[in-house]
Order: sequence, then C-alpha cells, then structure tokens
Amino acid sequence: MSKRTIDFELATPGLGAGGAPTRVPLAAGPAGEGQEHDLGGEHLLINLGPQHPATHGVLRLVVELDGETVVRVIPHVGYLHSGFEKLGEYRHYNQIIPLTDRTDYLSPMANNVGMAMAAEKLMGIEITPRCKVLRVIACEMSRIISHMVWLGTTSIDLGAFTPFLWAFQERERIYNLQEMWTGARLTTSLTRVGGLMADVPDGFVEGLRQFTQTYPNTLNEIDRVLTRNAVWAGRTQGIGVLTADEAINYSLSGPMLRASGVPWDMRKDQPYLDYETYDFDVPVGEHGDVYDRYLMRLEECHQSNRILQQTLDRLPDGPVNVDDPRVILPPKSRAMSDMEAMIFHFKQVMEGVKAPVGEAYVGIENPKGELGNYFVSDGSAKPVRWRIRPPSFINLAAISKMAEGHLLSDLIAINASVDIVMGEVDR
Amino acid sequence: MNPSVDALRATFGSAIGRAQEACGDTIVTVGSANLLEIMRWLRDTPGQRHDYLVDITAVEYRDRERPLEVVYFLRSLERKADLRVKVELDPSGELTVDSVTPLWAGANWLEREVYDMFGIVFAGHPDLRRILMWETYAEGYPLRKDFPLRGRFSRAEQVRQALNANPEAHYSIEELSIAEAYDELPPDMRERLRRGQRGTVPESE
Repeated sequence: MSKRTIDFELATPGLGAGGAPTRVPLAAGPAGEGQEHDLGGEHLLINLGPQHPATHGVLRLVVELDGETVVRVIPHVGYLHSGFEKLGEYRHYNQIIPLTDRTDYLSPMANNVGMAMAAEKLMGIEITPRCKVLRVIACEMSRIISHMVWLGTTSIDLGAFTPFLWAFQERERIYNLQEMWTGARLTTSLTRVGGLMADVPDGFVEGLRQFTQTYPNTLNEIDRVLTRNAVWAGRTQGIGVLTADEAINYSLSGPMLRASGVPWDMRKDQPYLDYETYDFDVPVGEHGDVYDRYLMRLEECHQSNRILQQTLDRLPDGPVNVDDPRVILPPKSRAMSDMEAMIFHFKQVMEGVKAPVGEAYVGIENPKGELGNYFVSDGSAKPVRWRIRPPSFINLAAISKMAEGHLLSDLIAINASVDIVMGEVDR
Repeated sequence: MNPSVDALRATFGSAIGRAQEACGDTIVTVGSANLLEIMRWLRDTPGQRHDYLVDITAVEYRDRERPLEVVYFLRSLERKADLRVKVELDPSGELTVDSVTPLWAGANWLEREVYDMFGIVFAGHPDLRRILMWETYAEGYPLRKDFPLRGRFSRAEQVRQALNANPEAHYSIEELSIAEAYDELPPDMRERLRRGQRGTVPESE
C-alpha cells in the first residue's frame, strides 16, 4: 500500500541469475504451503549491519534468534580492510605514521606514539625528556576523546541522549587543542621517529590546563545521570559477563580485561614514557559486565585528567627531537643554507632512516586496550613486517561468548561495551 | 638470558632451537612437532605461567631462502615477563602448524588472520576460514612477499568480480547449515552446502 513497504521488499533480497530479486533465504517463513507452522520452535537468522548505527561501524553480525533470545552470534569483519600492514612494508618508517592515524581513528595521537616507540626501540633511540612528557599528554588526550566517544555512542545505543551531547562537547574541546598542536583534528601524524612533528604552540598549555580544571565537572554530571540510573543499571548490570579467567583466555586487554577483575595496565605493569613516575590509579572491576566496563572508562577519564595535570606541572624545557641528523630532519632554514644539513635532508627524504637488522615489539595502553607495534627489519629503510596488535579486533572476538543467551537488545549493549573501531579491527 | 629458555631446554631438549635477545626481548625458536605441548607447558607450569597470549602473527622475509616464521607473543601476568616463541616453516613445504586454540580461545581470530594473510594452515582450528578478506577472494594471501601491492588481478578484473558477485555467497557454511535446519534454503544453496563449498569466483557472462 505505502511506498515504504515496497522499498523494504526490494532492499532485502539479492538478485537472481535472471536479474530478478530473490528472497533472502535466511528469513523465517512457513515451511510449506498450507502447513501449520510451529512458531515456538522456529529460529530466525538476522543480519545486523554492516550498515547499522548500533554496530559502531561496518561490523556485520549474523544472529540466530530464538524469539528474542540470542542463540548464536557469527561476526563478520573486514569490510574496512585497507591493508595497512602490507602498505607499511613499502614505506619508510616516518611514512608509516600517517597510516597509524587511520587505524584507531578515535585515538590517532596514541597510535602515532605507539608506532614511533616501536621504531625507536628497534633503532635504539632515546627520546628527550620534553618529548616524553608531550607524548604522555598526547596519549592521555587520546584516551579522553576515545572514552568520550564511547560514552556518548553507548548511551545513545541504550536510549540516553543527553550524555552524548555532554561527552561530545568535551571531545570537541580536546579536538580544538589537538588541532592547535598538529593542525589536524583526526589525522594528526603527531610523532616522528626520534621526536615529534612539532612542539606545542603558545597558549596550548594554558588551554589544556583550563580543560583539566573544568572537565571533571562534566564527568560528574554524566556520573550523576547514568551511574545510579535505574534504566541504565538495568540495561547493563549482569549483561555480557566474562570472568577473569575467561578474559585472560580470550586475550582481552584494556578496560575489558580490567572490568573482569584482572589488574593489568601496561602503564603500571610494563611502564613506558616514565608512567611509573606519575601518580594515578588503575580502576579494576569485579563483575566483568557492561556496567563495570562503563565504570572503568568513566574512572579512567578522571585518572587521565589527573595525569594531564601532572604533565603540565612538570613539562620541562628543552628540545623535542633527539640531536641526531640521521634521524631528525634539519630545520628548513638550515637545509637551504648549510651544505651538510642539505645532504642529511636529502638522504633522509630519499633513502629514509635505516634500522638495524632485528625486531622490536612495543605494547602501549591505548584507550581500547593494548596496542602493539611489531617491526621486523632486514637493515633497510623499510620494515620487512609491520604488525599492529589491534586491541579492538581481539576484544571483539569474545562477542559471541558474551552475547549468547542474552536478549537481542542486550547484544547492542554488549557490542557497544567492547568499544570497537572498525578502522582498527579491519586495518 | 631469560630463565624460561633454560627451563625449556631442560624439559624439551632438542625440540628447542636457538634463542636470541632482540632489543631486550627474548625470542626462542621451537620445533613445530611439539608446539602444542611446549605451549601447554609454558602456560601451566608453576614458575612459567605464561597464561596470556598477547598476539600471533607471521613473518616472511624478503630473502626467499629464509623460512616463514609464526610468532607467538606470550606473557606471564603474574611475573610480568614476556616471551616470544617462533616456529619456522619451510616456504617450499607444507605451511601447517598446530593450532593453539585448545589453550587460548583468543587464538581463534588471530590464527584466522594469519591463515587469511599468509596461507598458513592451523591444524585443529575449529573454524579456519578467511576473516578480513571475503570467502571467495581468489587472489592469494596478501601479506606474502610474492603478492604484489596492488593485488594479483587487474583493477578491471576486480571490478568485474565485484559486480558479478552473488551477495548470498557471503553467507558462511555455518550460517547456511543453520538455515538448512529450518528448511529455508533454496536448492542451489543447499547444493553448495552439501558440497561444503565456500563459494566461487563469479564467471564472466
């Protein structure tokens, strides 16, 4: 009768050999003509995604339903596969950095840091004290924006609209600072092997300090609206439970692992960038459900804010780049006037930075979990193998285990609680 | 040197190959024959307790003479110690290695990815199919060194295949079997399921 119905009919099926639409075979229907159908024993297969806002990207879940209960979840990933690891084998180390922006695009600066640290470990480069603190700032700013996006989208998934607006407002303030520093809001390409693309500009420190002073207010507001909200608690408590042993067995990392009660945080347990000298706490959950994962991320925002305040107090003066002309490009003015600087500039741009034969793995605590960068070098300027350990890919693998037996609407909550970014899952 | 290496040698003897330090990390090469046994020992033995599997990946070198490596990153959460275990595979021989999914559920997707990207078969894996590339992908294994950056097929061929692809071929065998249980499959897909066929590359008209 209405056009809408007809669109729906045409949109679901595929095309048969003759170009005529065929019925999608997995939808339920009567088994035979004139037969009485027993609805009670019938299972339904539905496709969730890949184009669906609640799957947080191009994730496709084939779900077998018994009524409203999820019997089986079969995830399909790869719709956003871009072959970054293959591309990395054809690029100099510094040319790989823009690729890392596009993996987990909600925390680009932290990805830049992780990749640069792996290359530096491979080449044996020790970065400057100022660079270390600036990289901590980059990592914690990324954690805040990533968790704010997570909080906003998850609250929308579960029917709360207001926290989304508050969270995105805060994210916007960090994005402004990020834009001030790197010139980009999303594709930051902040780091270079041996240092940073640029020092922070004038006014950045004041801007960040102002942010850290008012940011906890927003967190407290979100806390007041959600944490003891009956609807929120009802939708999230006891949903998608993983025990500590299961979380370890599934190789989960980050807030997913800690919500299950495993106190593991790369910043505390295998410290890098002098994280051991900062005063912060790592929240650990006990139930391993969606609610605990929410509490983890909310508290991590408070802790990141604390770390940011400490970095601003201790930010030392000095250069951001190591003093090594083989690794760091000379300033443009010198490259144009000084013969030696020009040669170094030429060699670096044309030949790249050569890494010694060997391999290095660096895992850092990204907002989503442990981001690993693994380089294997045969002595040339391009890596033989660049592997990203993608935290959200590995966390997502547990979704079938978590969702089976719950209701379909809980599957949405569980999927949201994993905090996936398809750019990173598919790479 | 990491004490785990000496303990491994004492327990498994000649199955343990060379051990090396790279940038402060310990790498130990083991034979593929008793991989599962060695991994189980590393996971369960008190004093080792490498209970956390960080990652599985593979490396192929530009030097064609060098063997392919399957790399396992293990971690002991108690002792805060990492260990990297490698298995070497002869590229001219059969690329098969035992799956560690009986030990770590997290290995499931990681091994699927290695299979997808390198063509290394994990024996005993419960669901070894492509994960990032689609099931009918016929160009080979993208992260192998003999795979060109732009793919094996021309752009025109890739477009032609994409346009001719049957969207229903994207259902996995497992999904087809669920639908079959409820008499929901059309005959051609039922036939595909019976053959256990994973879908085919569409032919040109």
